[in-house]
Amino acid sequence: MNDYKKSLKLAIGQNMGFTVATVGLLLLWLLYNILHPGGFSSAVLIQNTNESVVIVFVAIAQTFPILLGGLDLSVGAVMTLANCVASALMSGSPIQILIGAIITLLTGTAFGFLNGMIVVYGRIQPIIATLATGSIAIGLALFIRPQPGGDVDGDLGWALTNDLYELVYTYGWWDADAAWFSPFAWIPVPLLIIIIVGFGIWLPFKKTVTGRTIYAVGSSESAAFMSGLPIERAKLTAFTMAGFFAACGGLYLAIQTSSGNADMTQAGSYTLNSIAAVVLGGTSLFGGVGGAIGSLVGALLLRMLSFYFRIMSIDPLLQPLIEGVVLLVAVSLGALRTLRTKNRLRLFR
Amino acid sequence: MPQSEPILRMAGISKSFGATQALQDVDFSCFTGSIHAILGENGAGKSTLIKIMSGVLDPTAGELFVEGGLVNFQSPTQAAKDGVVCIFQELSLVPDLSVADNIFLDSPPKKWGLIDKKTQREQARVLLARIKCGDIDPRALVKDLSLSRRQMVEIAKALSKKPKVLILDEATSALSSQDVDTIYGLLGELKDEGVCCLFISHKMHEVERLCDTLSVFRNGKHIETFAKGAKSDDEIVKLMIGRTVDAQFPAKPPPKDYETRLSIRDLKWERQLKGVDLTLGRGEIVGLGGLDGQGQKELLLALFGVLRSVEGEVRVDDQIVHTGSPAEAKASPTNFALVPEDRKTEGLMLPMSIADNLMIASLDKISDGPVVSPSKEKEAVANGIKQLEIKVGSPHHAVSTLSGGNQQKVVIAKWLCTNPDIVLLNDPTRGIDVGTKQEIYKLIRALADEGKSILLYSTDYDELIGCCDRVAVMYDGKITVELKGDEISETSIVSAALNIGDTPAHQKPGAMQ
Repeated sequence: MNDYKKSLKLAIGQNMGFTVATVGLLLLWLLYNILHPGGFSSAVLIQNTNESVVIVFVAIAQTFPILLGGLDLSVGAVMTLANCVASALMSGSPIQILIGAIITLLTGTAFGFLNGMIVVYGRIQPIIATLATGSIAIGLALFIRPQPGGDVDGDLGWALTNDLYELVYTYGWWDADAAWFSPFAWIPVPLLIIIIVGFGIWLPFKKTVTGRTIYAVGSSESAAFMSGLPIERAKLTAFTMAGFFAACGGLYLAIQTSSGNADMTQAGSYTLNSIAAVVLGGTSLFGGVGGAIGSLVGALLLRMLSFYFRIMSIDPLLQPLIEGVVLLVAVSLGALRTLRTKNRLRLFR
Repeated sequence: MPQSEPILRMAGISKSFGATQALQDVDFSCFTGSIHAILGENGAGKSTLIKIMSGVLDPTAGELFVEGGLVNFQSPTQAAKDGVVCIFQELSLVPDLSVADNIFLDSPPKKWGLIDKKTQREQARVLLARIKCGDIDPRALVKDLSLSRRQMVEIAKALSKKPKVLILDEATSALSSQDVDTIYGLLGELKDEGVCCLFISHKMHEVERLCDTLSVFRNGKHIETFAKGAKSDDEIVKLMIGRTVDAQFPAKPPPKDYETRLSIRDLKWERQLKGVDLTLGRGEIVGLGGLDGQGQKELLLALFGVLRSVEGEVRVDDQIVHTGSPAEAKASPTNFALVPEDRKTEGLMLPMSIADNLMIASLDKISDGPVVSPSKEKEAVANGIKQLEIKVGSPHHAVSTLSGGNQQKVVIAKWLCTNPDIVLLNDPTRGIDVGTKQEIYKLIRALADEGKSILLYSTDYDELIGCCDRVAVMYDGKITVELKGDEISETSIVSAALNIGDTPAHQKPGAMQ
C-alpha cells in the first residue's frame, strides 16, 4: 500500500504539467456545469464532446512528432483531406460505408507515412517537410471537393453524434429501453470514441520498444543511438501515427457534418490549436516528455474555454485574446525549470 | 600468463580522422578474469581504442577478434551481443525516461509483445541492489538524479547486458568515494566470475589498487604491456611522455614577481570546483594544467559569469567583483575575454561573415549611438585581420569557409577587439596546425608584454612548459601544485596531474586529500 502511494506521488511529480491540466479541466468542467442552466445533463455532455472530438484527434496526432522533438504542420491538412475523402465515400450499403471509412483512414495513414519517409530518408527537418506536404494535402482535398458538399450516411451521423441509446435504437441491436441498459444509455458516443480509439491505441503503443524509442529520441537522440535503438523506425512510426489520428479526426468531422470541406483556414487553425493542446497537456516541445492522454486533456481544456464564452455571454471577439493569455500563462509555468540550471551554457543545448 | 586464447584481441588496428592519426597499427590483447588498466596522456588514443572495441567507431585498418572469432561491429548493440560492453560517461542515458527504462532501454523484458514494466522494475531493483544502490528508485527519472547516481545507473545498464568484456572509461571520476568502493568490490566479483575488465583511469592509486595488468599508450601507439608491480611510477610516467617537442616557443622573460591583478579565493561550484585559490599578475601568463575534467573549464566559465551560484571571492585590482553574465564579465572593471572550448558552437557563428564574427563582441566600440558605423567597422576588421595575420579572401566570406587554424584566429581576434585586461584561453590550439600554433604562442607572449594577464588552460603539456611563467595544476576541483620557472617540466606536471607524490616545492597544504 505504501509502495502504491509512493508510486502515485512519483507519477504526479514526474507529470506535473499533465496533473495540473487534468485538475484544471475538472474544475473548469464542474464550474461550467454549475453555471450552465442545463448543467450535469447528458445533452450538455453530448454537445461538448461532439465539439471536441476532432481537435482531440488532431492533438493526439500532433503528440507523436512533438515527442520526437519535431512538429507536424500537416495534421490539420491531413485531417481536412480525410474529411473530403470520407465525404465522397461514406454512403450506400453498410459494407460500402465500412470500406469508405477504411479508405479514409488509410489515406491519412499513408500520408503520415510519406511525411515520415521524407523526414527520415530525405533528412529534412519535420517542420519544413510537413509545411510542404500539408499544402499538398490541401491541394488534394481541393481536388476532391472544390466546393463544400458530399453525402454521408445520415443514420450513421445521427447514431455517432448522440448518446448510446440513440446508437442502439438506430441500428436496433437490442431493445434500447431494456432495464439493464438504462444505466449506460446516457453515455455520449463521441466520448466513447475518444476513449476507445485514443486510450486503446496509445496505452499499448507506449509500452512497445518503438514507442519508448520515440521518447528516447526526443529526450536525447545521441543516447538513443548509443543504446542501439531503432531510431528510424521510431520516426517513421511517429509520423504514420500522426497521419492515422488526423484521419480519425477527418472521418469524424465528415460523419458529424455530413459533408467535406477543403477549408485551408480551418486546416491551419486545427494545426495551431493542436500544438497549443499538446503543450497545455504537459508535453514538452523539446520532446521526450508527455503523452497523448495529456494532449486529450489539453484539447478538452482548449475547447472548454470556448464553451465558457457561450454561457457567460462574453463577446466572442475576445476569444482569441483570452485563449492566448491562458496559453501563455500555462507555458510560463513550464519554463520555471530554467531558473534551476547552474551552468547557463546548458540552456542553449 | 598461461591463458591460451585472449577474450579480445586487436591486430594492426589503425584509425585516422582526416589527417590526424589517432591509432597506429595497434596490437592489443586482454584475457578473462583480469582487470587491465589502459594508461596514457590526453590524446594518446585511449578513447579511440575503446570506441573501436565497443562498436562506436570503425577502424580504418586492422582486425578485431572476440574469443578467437573475427568480428566487425557496426554499432554498440552488436558489440554488446558479443559481450563487449562499455560504460560511457553518461552518454547513453536518456534523461526523460525512468531508471528502469534506461537500464533495459534496448532489450526490455516483454509480455504479450509489450514492455512488462513490473518485471522490468523488479529486475532493475535486483541490479541496483547488486551495486548497493538500493536507494535509487527504478521509477525515478534519470534527469532527477545527481551525476554520481547517474553514473551508477550507467553501470547497472552495462551489467544488465551480462558482459564478458566490460570497459570502464573514467567510470569512477564522477562517483562519491562510497560508490567508488562499491565499484572496486564489484570489479573483484566480476574478475572472479571470469569477466575481463578494461579500466581507463587517470588516478594512479586506483590503477595500483585494482589492476593486475597495465598497458601504456602514447601518440596512438601501444607502447608496452606489463604486469602490475613490474615498473615504478616514475618509469610509467616516462613511458607515457617521452616524445619530441616539435613546437617552437618565444623566449620567456626571467622569473620575477608580478603585480597581482586577479586573485581568486576559495572558489566553489557544484561538484566541479572545490575551493580554488589562484592569483594572476599583470603581464603574467599562468597555465592551468592537469588531466581533462579536473575543473579547469569550470574555473574559466565561473570567472566569465556563465555559471550560476558560484561561491568564493574574486578580486580584480583588489576590488571584489561579481560577474553575473558574460556581458558583465567583458565590461569594466573586470574586462575579461574568454576564448571558449568549442570554437564552432561557442566561439563563432559559422554561417556569418568573418567581419561580423570579428566585431560581434565589441559592437559598442564601433557604433555611433545605436547604429554600427560602417567606416569604424571596416577599420576595426582590417586591424583584427592584420594583427593576427588571418588568411582571408574577403572579410565578407562566411567564417565556415576558413581552415580550423584561421577560424581559431578569428575567435582570438574577436576577443582582442574588446581590448580585454584579462584573457582566459580554453585550449586555444586544440586541433590546429603547428604553424598557426606558433603564431598563437607568439601572440600570447606579445599580449603579456603589453601588460595583459593571461590564464591558459591547455591539454598539451609542451604548451604549458613552453608558454607559461607559472603553471597551476588542477586535480579534483582544486589547484594542488603550482610550478614556477625551472620547476616546470613534463615530469613534474604529469606527476602533479596524476596526483602522485614526490613533486617539488609549492605543494599546497592539504591538497592531497
